[in-house]
Amino acid sequence: MQTGKKKRILAGMNWKIRITALFILLAGSALGYVVYWSEIAKENSFPFRYGLDLSGGTHLTYTADVSGVTHGEENTAMESLRDVIERRVNLFGVAEPVVQTERGSVLAGTGDDYRLVVELPGVTDVDAAVNMIGQTPFLDFRLEQPNTQAIIDAKIAAQKLLQGGGDISSVDPLALQNPYADTGLTGRYVESAQLEFNGTTNEPIVSLKFNDEGAKLFAQITRDNVGKTLAIYLDRSPISTPVIREEITGGSAQISGSMNPEEAKTLVGRLNSGALPVPITLASTSSVGPSLGMQARDAGVRAGIIGLLAVVLFMILWYRLPGFIASVALVIYTILMLAIFKLVPITLTAAGIAGFILSVGMAVDANILIFERMKEELRRSHAYNDERGETTELDVAVKEGFARAWTSIRDGNISSMISAVILFWFGTSIVQGFALTFGIGVLVSMFSAITISRTLLVAIAPRLHKGAARFFFNSGVSLR
Amino acid sequence: MIVAAIISVACFGLRPGIDFVGGAVADVHYTGTAPEVSTITTSLDTAGFTGSVVRETGDNAFFVRTKHITDEDEHGKLSQALSLGGTAQYEETNFTYVGPVVGQELRQKAWIAIVAVIVAIVLFIAFAFRQVSKPVSSWVYGAMAIIALVHDVIVPTGAFAVMGMFFPGYEIDVLFVTALLSILGFSIHYTIVIFDRVRENLKRDGREHTGNTFAETVGKSLRETMTRSINTSMTVLVVIAALFFIGSPSTRPFAFILFIGIIVGTYSSIFLAAPLLVAINDMREKREGKNKKTKKRR
Repeated sequence: MQTGKKKRILAGMNWKIRITALFILLAGSALGYVVYWSEIAKENSFPFRYGLDLSGGTHLTYTADVSGVTHGEENTAMESLRDVIERRVNLFGVAEPVVQTERGSVLAGTGDDYRLVVELPGVTDVDAAVNMIGQTPFLDFRLEQPNTQAIIDAKIAAQKLLQGGGDISSVDPLALQNPYADTGLTGRYVESAQLEFNGTTNEPIVSLKFNDEGAKLFAQITRDNVGKTLAIYLDRSPISTPVIREEITGGSAQISGSMNPEEAKTLVGRLNSGALPVPITLASTSSVGPSLGMQARDAGVRAGIIGLLAVVLFMILWYRLPGFIASVALVIYTILMLAIFKLVPITLTAAGIAGFILSVGMAVDANILIFERMKEELRRSHAYNDERGETTELDVAVKEGFARAWTSIRDGNISSMISAVILFWFGTSIVQGFALTFGIGVLVSMFSAITISRTLLVAIAPRLHKGAARFFFNSGVSLR
Repeated sequence: MIVAAIISVACFGLRPGIDFVGGAVADVHYTGTAPEVSTITTSLDTAGFTGSVVRETGDNAFFVRTKHITDEDEHGKLSQALSLGGTAQYEETNFTYVGPVVGQELRQKAWIAIVAVIVAIVLFIAFAFRQVSKPVSSWVYGAMAIIALVHDVIVPTGAFAVMGMFFPGYEIDVLFVTALLSILGFSIHYTIVIFDRVRENLKRDGREHTGNTFAETVGKSLRETMTRSINTSMTVLVVIAALFFIGSPSTRPFAFILFIGIIVGTYSSIFLAAPLLVAINDMREKREGKNKKTKKRR
C-alpha cells in the first residue's frame, strides 16, 4: 500500500485548506463588520430596504382601461401613464415612491389587463392618497358625425319621455349612441395648459398647447373637418362643443364652457401635472401604519435572532465540534445573506423575512445530512479497523461524509429551488418577497454548507479518531 | 388524519381571505373609550356593510372585515360607520382593499402555482431517479412522493380550519398558499433524502449481491436516514416556533401552518412515501408472479 505517500499528500493539502479556512473566517468577520457598521453609520449608503408592510405606507393598484388605445400601442400608453402618475406623486413630495406598470397573468386569463402599481411610503391615509393620484381628468376630442344632431335630438326626446313617465322600451335606440366619434386626440398629447379669461364675457378659458405629435393630429383633424363640431370631452362627458372654423396648425386649442374659475383652475393644474393617456380605476389598496410596520419589523428581527440562536444551540449540543463548525458557517451564511439584501438591494417585507428565517433552518439541513453521513462512515470504519487494531482516519471519514451526502443535498435543494422559482413566477408581490429571499437562501446555503463548513471541518479535523477527537466528533446523544 | 382533516374542513369551513374574494379588512385602534363589538357591528350593518366580522384584538383594538365593499370610494362610508357616526375617535393602523377582479385572478394564480409545483416535482423525481428502474420504476417514486404531498397539504389545511374558528386572521389568503407551497418543497426534500438512500442502497445491493429484498432495503434506508430526518425537522421547527411566538403578527398564521406542515411532512416521508413504495412493489410482484412463473429472489 502507498498509504504513507497518501498521508503525506493529505497532510500537504490540509495546510492549504487551513489557510483557506482562515481566509474564510477573516472574510466572513470582515463582511459582518461592514454590514454592522453600515447599519449604525449615519451616512448609510447601503441601507436595508423595507417593504411598505414594515415601514408603513400605502399600496394602490389601478386597472387601466386600454380599450381606447390602438392595438400594439398599449405598452407605450402605459409607459406614459406611469410617467404622468410619477410626476404627480413627486409633486406632492412623497419620499421614494414606486410607480410601476404590470400585466395581468396570461395563465389566469387576464393577460390583457394592464395595471398600475403605486407605492407611497409614509402615506397612511388611503383617501388622501387616492385623492393625490386624483380622479384625474381624462380629456379627449371627439368629432361630429353625419347623424350627430339626430342623436342629440333623440337623447333630448328620450329624456323628456322618461321624465314624463314614459316606458324605457319606447325610447329611440338612436339615443343610446354616442353623438360624437373618437379622434384619437387625447390629453396625452397636451404639453401645457393655461388659465385665461374671455375679455368680454369674463368666462374662464383653458388654453391648451399640444406637443408636436398632438399638433400634427390636431392640424389634420381641423383641416379635414372645417365647419364641423369638435366636442371636448372631460371624463367622458362633453364640456364644450366648438365648431372648427379653419385649419389650426399652431398646435393650440381653447376649452370654454360651463366652468367656474375654480373648476377651470383645477383642470389646468391637473392637465399640467399630466393628463392621463388612459383612464384608470382603483382595483386594490392597502395601507399600514408606521408604528405597526415598525413592530412587525422588530418582531421579524427578533424572531430571526432567537431562531438562529436556537439552531446554534441545538447543533452544538447534538453534534459537538462539527455542530460548532456548522454554527460558524451558519453565522457566515447569515452575514452573506444580509450583505446581499443590502447590495442588490432586496426589499424586505414581513413575508420576505419569514422566507429568510426559514432558510436559516434549511441551511443547517445540508450540514446535518453531512454529519450523519460522516458518523456512519466513522462507525463503519471503526468496525473494520478495530478488528485489525488500527485507528480510524478521521479526515477520510469527514471527506467521505461530504462526498456521499452530496447527491441528496443536490436533489433536495433543486426541488426547493423549483418551488421557489414557481412561487416567484406566479406570485404577487407579497409571495415574490418570500420566494426571493427563500430562493437566494437555498443557493447561498448550498454554498455555505458545501464550501464553508467543509473547509473549516477538514482544516481542524485531526487525522486520527481517538481520545479527545473521538469525544468531539461523536454526537452528544447517540441513538445506538 | 386525512379523514380528521377533511371532517374539520367540512365542519368549520375555510374562510377565504379578501385576497381571493375581494373586500376589505381594517385594523382599527380607538383612541378614546372603545365601543362594544356589538355596537360596531350594528353600526356597520346599518351602513350597509352587512355580515362584517368584528373582533377584539387587543386594548381598544379591533379587526374589521367586510366583503360588501366593491369600490374604494366606500372607504369613507366605512370610516364613518366605524367612528359610529363621528362619535368615536380611532386610528386605522392597517387597511387593505382588494377588488373582485384582482381577487379572482389571485385565486386562479394560486391553483396554477400549486399544480405547477406538483407537476414540476414529479418530473424532477422521475428524472433524478431515472437510473433506478428496478424493481419499481422511477415514475412510481414520483407518484408516491405526490401521495405524501397531498397528505401534507390536506392535514395542515384541516388544522387551519380549526384555528380559523377561534382566531381572526386564519384565512385562506395568499400567504396561506405560500405556506402550502413551501410545505410541498420541504416535504419533497425529506422524501428525496430517503429515496436517495434507497437508490444508493439498491445500487450497493446489486453490486454486493446482498440478497436483500426490496422491503429490507427500504427499511434499512429509513433507519439510516431517521436521525437526519428528525434533526432537520427539529432545526426548522425551532426557527418556525421563533417566527410564530416572536415574529410579526401578520406572519403568525403562516408560521402556524408551516409548523404543522413540517411535522406532517416528516411523518409522511417516513411512514407514508417509503412504505408505499414497498406496497406497490409487493403488488407488482404478486401480479407478475401470477402471470409468469418466473423465480423471484424473495
